[in-house]
Amino acid sequence: MANQEVDQSKRRFLIAATTAVGGVATVAVATPFVMSMLPSERAKAAGAPVEVDIGKVEPGSMITVEWRGKPVWIINRTQEMLDQLSKIEDKLSDPKLEVPQQPDYAKNATRSLKPNLMVLVGICTHLGCSPSSKLKAGEEGMGSDWPGGFFCPCHGSKFDLAGRVFKGSPAPINLQVPPHKYLSDTRLLIGVGEDGKEA
Amino acid sequence: MQKYLTCALNWVDERFPLTANWKAHLSEYYAPKNFNFWYYFGSLAILVLVIQIVSGIFLTMNYKPDADLAFASVEYIMRDVSWGWLIRYMHSTGASMFFVVVYLHMFRGLLYGSYRNPRELIWLFGVGIFLALMGEAFFGYLLPWGQMSYWGAQVIINLFTSIPFIGPDISLWLRGDYMVSDATLNRFFAFHVIALPLVLLGLIAAHIIALHEVGSNNPDGIEIKKLKDPVTHIPLDGIPFHPYYTVKDIMGVAVFLMVFSVIVFFTPEMGGYFLEANNFIPADPLKTPPHIAPVWYFTPYYSILRAVPPLFNSQFPGVVAMGLSVVAFAFLPWLDRSPVKSIRYRGSKYKAWLTAFVISFLILGYLGTEPSNVWGQFDAGMPVLGGADRATVAARVLTVVYFLFFVLMPWYTKNDKTKPVPERVTG
Repeated sequence: MANQEVDQSKRRFLIAATTAVGGVATVAVATPFVMSMLPSERAKAAGAPVEVDIGKVEPGSMITVEWRGKPVWIINRTQEMLDQLSKIEDKLSDPKLEVPQQPDYAKNATRSLKPNLMVLVGICTHLGCSPSSKLKAGEEGMGSDWPGGFFCPCHGSKFDLAGRVFKGSPAPINLQVPPHKYLSDTRLLIGVGEDGKEA
Repeated sequence: MQKYLTCALNWVDERFPLTANWKAHLSEYYAPKNFNFWYYFGSLAILVLVIQIVSGIFLTMNYKPDADLAFASVEYIMRDVSWGWLIRYMHSTGASMFFVVVYLHMFRGLLYGSYRNPRELIWLFGVGIFLALMGEAFFGYLLPWGQMSYWGAQVIINLFTSIPFIGPDISLWLRGDYMVSDATLNRFFAFHVIALPLVLLGLIAAHIIALHEVGSNNPDGIEIKKLKDPVTHIPLDGIPFHPYYTVKDIMGVAVFLMVFSVIVFFTPEMGGYFLEANNFIPADPLKTPPHIAPVWYFTPYYSILRAVPPLFNSQFPGVVAMGLSVVAFAFLPWLDRSPVKSIRYRGSKYKAWLTAFVISFLILGYLGTEPSNVWGQFDAGMPVLGGADRATVAARVLTVVYFLFFVLMPWYTKNDKTKPVPERVTG
């Protein structure tokens, strides 16, 4: 035994095989730990779609509801506000909605299912602050040519009444339109879209 | 008595290298005899570490890592727990002082070329410590669950969202929820009180073991191990760390604790720089504070993040620039091509670039604490810059200077007019 030649190739094979099996075991054991950091079943349930009564949102006003902890704005735009949308397109970064920040059914001139009703996630696309509403045209502090929209107090990003970002803002893209659908004339469901897709 | 103590020490030494370690790291560890003011901050960093660990342990005895209870439990510590206010102010002041001390410690490295061969690994472990410390500060800042805690975490986690393709999933995994929530707070608590402190302790041990292997650099940037006494083999310019530098460091500790106490007892909020006013309002996911700014020690990098304009409809380039601005330090040992280490023997080019870098770092740091319109706008009629925020333009210029310090280093250090380096250390 003692003076037998060491079989180097067998030794190399055994080292490689042991290392490989050990590596697989390490990855396998790490998996449940990494997965445990994903949203729990309770968090997923709390992130379920939200039903909203929109019957009482007057034209020219908005309400804020909470969906997955984010503010979601529902804005009832007047005809005057809607007329503005096409006039300011040259001031916007992405008037053609090329970045998919909205479901396909909201990729239109008003970014909405019903022309007057705008549904938006009220989180700035720059760094996640919540912009303030400056709905009225020429609102104080926003300059006389302000067409109405939203202003982020954190870093000064500006958005119009369809959540489209103005050129020169730190925010790179338009505000997100969440998946949503109408259950009836006054009931809106946020979290599931017309096409059945969830966020 | 003496006989019994010697006997006990012998008993230990036969089972554990106590005397050997004492000699290797203290009484017979020879450090250059010309250490100056800049050499206080390593030992002070260890002091602050101890302050943070001890005050942290006592804070966890009353703190509740629960989104419904966290804010109130911090107020409970402040108002009802005996001496709780002192322990908490020590911890919050310690966090900022940790960065003060570490920034000065790093600057010492830049002054005297402490990162150069053969100390590259000491420097890399140091960069690791710096990164772990930033993580520790970030995770810890969420725990009081105030408005600035909440929205600061929101902004930083959203940085990961901008990573192409996998970004949104990474953010979801980090938060453990669709928003910063109780799940996020609970795991940040785990990272802050156990995971990162362990990493930090390991890295600090590696940093010191590597240091004691190669020996300390000094203000002249010359190797004292090159000239040894032919009989004793002790470096001619070396003195034992204990008692010479233990006594020096105790003096540094005394002065540091005076400054520390003045802050803790008289101005623990430090004018909003150590504890931000908005953080005395409980976290509200539906209401963003009007101005979000990180704590002062992150603001230079935050300024760089804001300065980089979005590219291809993505915030990602800014995030990459911010990451690089921190990681760039790790490359210094290989970027510096100067034949000398210490600023005492470097030429005017390095001195000019280092000055420009420090000024950029400080102004970027200031701008990061302010909103981007702090200096107003350029006149609308101005060519190119018309209407732009002055502060944003300044931050862009300074960001370029910041990075040029690193990128151009191989050239300006190599072509610099250096002075001859002496054989032995000077005064």
